[in-house]
Amino acid sequence: MRHVITVLVENEFGVLTRIAGLFSARGYNIESLNVAPSSDPTMSRMTLVTRGDEHVIEQIKKQLNKLIPVIKTEDLTRQEHMEREMVLVKVQARDATRAEVLRMADVFRAKVVDVAEASYTLELTGKSKKLDAFLRMLAPLGIIEMTRTGPVGMRRGSEGFTVGD
Amino acid sequence: MKLTGAEIFVECLKREGVEIIFGYPGGAVLPMYDEIFKKNYFRHILVRHEQAALHAANGYARASGKCGVALVTSGPGATNAVTGLADSLADSIPTVCFSGQVPTHLIGNDAFQEADTVGITRSATKHNFLVKRVEDLALTIRQAFHIATTGRPGPVLVDIPKDVATASCEFRYPEQVEMRSYKPVTRGHQGQIRRAVKMMLAAKRPVFYTGGAINGARGSAELLTKLVRRLGFPITNTLMGLGGFPYDDEHFLGMLGMHGTYEANMAVSHCDLLIAIGARFDDRVTGKIEAFAPEAKVIHVDVDPSSISKNVHAHLPIVGDVKVVLGQMLEALDAARGEPNAEALKVWWHQINEWRERDCLHFEQDMDGPIKPQYVIKRLHELTRGEAIIATEVGQHQMWAAQHYGFRQPHRWLTSGGLGTMGYGFPAAIGAQIARPDATVIDIAGDASIQMNIQELSTAMQHKTPVIIAILNNSYMGMVRQWQEMFYESRYSHSYCDSLPDFVQLAEAYGGVGMRVERPGDVDAAIEKALANRDTFTVIDFIVTKEENVYPMVPAGAALNEMVLA
Repeated sequence: MRHVITVLVENEFGVLTRIAGLFSARGYNIESLNVAPSSDPTMSRMTLVTRGDEHVIEQIKKQLNKLIPVIKTEDLTRQEHMEREMVLVKVQARDATRAEVLRMADVFRAKVVDVAEASYTLELTGKSKKLDAFLRMLAPLGIIEMTRTGPVGMRRGSEGFTVGD
Repeated sequence: MKLTGAEIFVECLKREGVEIIFGYPGGAVLPMYDEIFKKNYFRHILVRHEQAALHAANGYARASGKCGVALVTSGPGATNAVTGLADSLADSIPTVCFSGQVPTHLIGNDAFQEADTVGITRSATKHNFLVKRVEDLALTIRQAFHIATTGRPGPVLVDIPKDVATASCEFRYPEQVEMRSYKPVTRGHQGQIRRAVKMMLAAKRPVFYTGGAINGARGSAELLTKLVRRLGFPITNTLMGLGGFPYDDEHFLGMLGMHGTYEANMAVSHCDLLIAIGARFDDRVTGKIEAFAPEAKVIHVDVDPSSISKNVHAHLPIVGDVKVVLGQMLEALDAARGEPNAEALKVWWHQINEWRERDCLHFEQDMDGPIKPQYVIKRLHELTRGEAIIATEVGQHQMWAAQHYGFRQPHRWLTSGGLGTMGYGFPAAIGAQIARPDATVIDIAGDASIQMNIQELSTAMQHKTPVIIAILNNSYMGMVRQWQEMFYESRYSHSYCDSLPDFVQLAEAYGGVGMRVERPGDVDAAIEKALANRDTFTVIDFIVTKEENVYPMVPAGAALNEMVLA
């Protein structure tokens, strides 16, 4: 099963390598990994998407917590939560398809972020599945390149995910 | 007061209570070595290879209960230390290793004697640090010792670039060390403890299964002994846990696992309650995991939450320091005012005693024949009254030592259990002798293993450590040969130790005493002579039966009750 795990870590040298190293050394999958400083600049927040049965996910969480710079982890999959991912996609847009690309952008509420003679670059934010559908629809028009951020997530409601809890 | 990094280094070590460090100098650590020379705060033990520095620090830690400390240079100094770090990680031994590094402006430049030490040692340590500013050094050293010695202990490496060692800053020693991301749990959950006691009192066929943590956490062995005797339950130890319970107590079943006793493995296979304390269900203990303790409810006490339910599901997990939890269990047992199920235990003990009658470790020594390796261990036990500190290398001799020596007390058994490092025992024995100068320290070795760190004879000589090296010489890598005999139709591929040195002459060349013993009748005299020699190390080359196998044996992947007995 797919799990989205949020990890709060000390914002220090080498943390990312420790986490990536843990996954490779113990043979766990990482589907995506997103890292950036949190609202407290001494901490970074990661969103990690992985797959595994209950036993594997339990071990992943324990092993993450065992890393010294890891402050806290939370399995978002177990609760009401939001997930968003962004994609930048450069699509071929010549005479015949130019209007069709824009129509697709409109349908998915994507933004046009760059226009060139033979292409449009579109930006779309949403759940990963929506991005998948968008890219599927664009594929026949000719995708030149594309990059995705991997999902970020947080739980719903007023509670935060901070050192205190 | 302004101090250089090197001065901060020795000041911090002094305040950590460091008395001994094991090391080997080189270009990048010269500032620290100069300060060690000038201040003379602690004793430095010069080894002959950095791997030995880490093993010696490990042996020192196990025998003293303190943190082992090593100091190595950059590049090859650090890479040589890797095996020793990995060994301490696998066996959870508290050690701090300081490594020199090229100056910060050269890092990443492929400089002379540069290695990405933090990168290389990341998975061989509990944690590691690269100190980039002298201002961070004191706190980093404080954190390194804190991390190494608390929670599940382990090795920590601190990499110090040469310019950080020579730069100066205002020295403030951090008295408190507080890390928001590292707060190990020591006290067990009280509700879980009560439930555990309830399960113990209800059990019909209980077994204690205890591991290395009992040898690590000082004072826990006494509490364990009290708890086991109070309940009247049988107990088995892992390889790492030997000495955690007196071998001659009637409740002791011996070691379990691949070369465990028949009674221990049968008891675990038939128990209805397995009380695991500070043990981690290693594959050498469980055998085929689906068939391990199939009828048992499992209580698992461990300071490391990731050990619990990793290999075997724990019905009742308790996270905490084993010593604290054992104390809590004894209190809870008093409060419960119940008694164990005497009727059921009587039946259980009757069954166990039947298994014991197999006498699975039995061997015959023909006094006119060649020496049996088991006989040497038996005699070592008798002549040291089971009170020596025993180190081992890895292989058959290690298993015979585990089966036959018989430990009455904790902290006297130094063996590479997790990583299985040949070459561990001799430097570990030197470390233990430094920690306990008056103790009898014996490295039980094989003819192959001893050669993996034999250069340390020079260290033993220089530092006057009267370690006894008892080589069980069968001219084979015995355990490799045994597996080849049993599983590869006796094709002895490269397991014969051709061109062995004359160990007697070798010992003498280094300045120690060497003896060769070829007849059973001469074993005692040689051991007694070695025990009497407190001036130098002694090597005894016991020529033993060549193709003796270690039994009982659970073949890899088989269930514990599928032992080969002989």
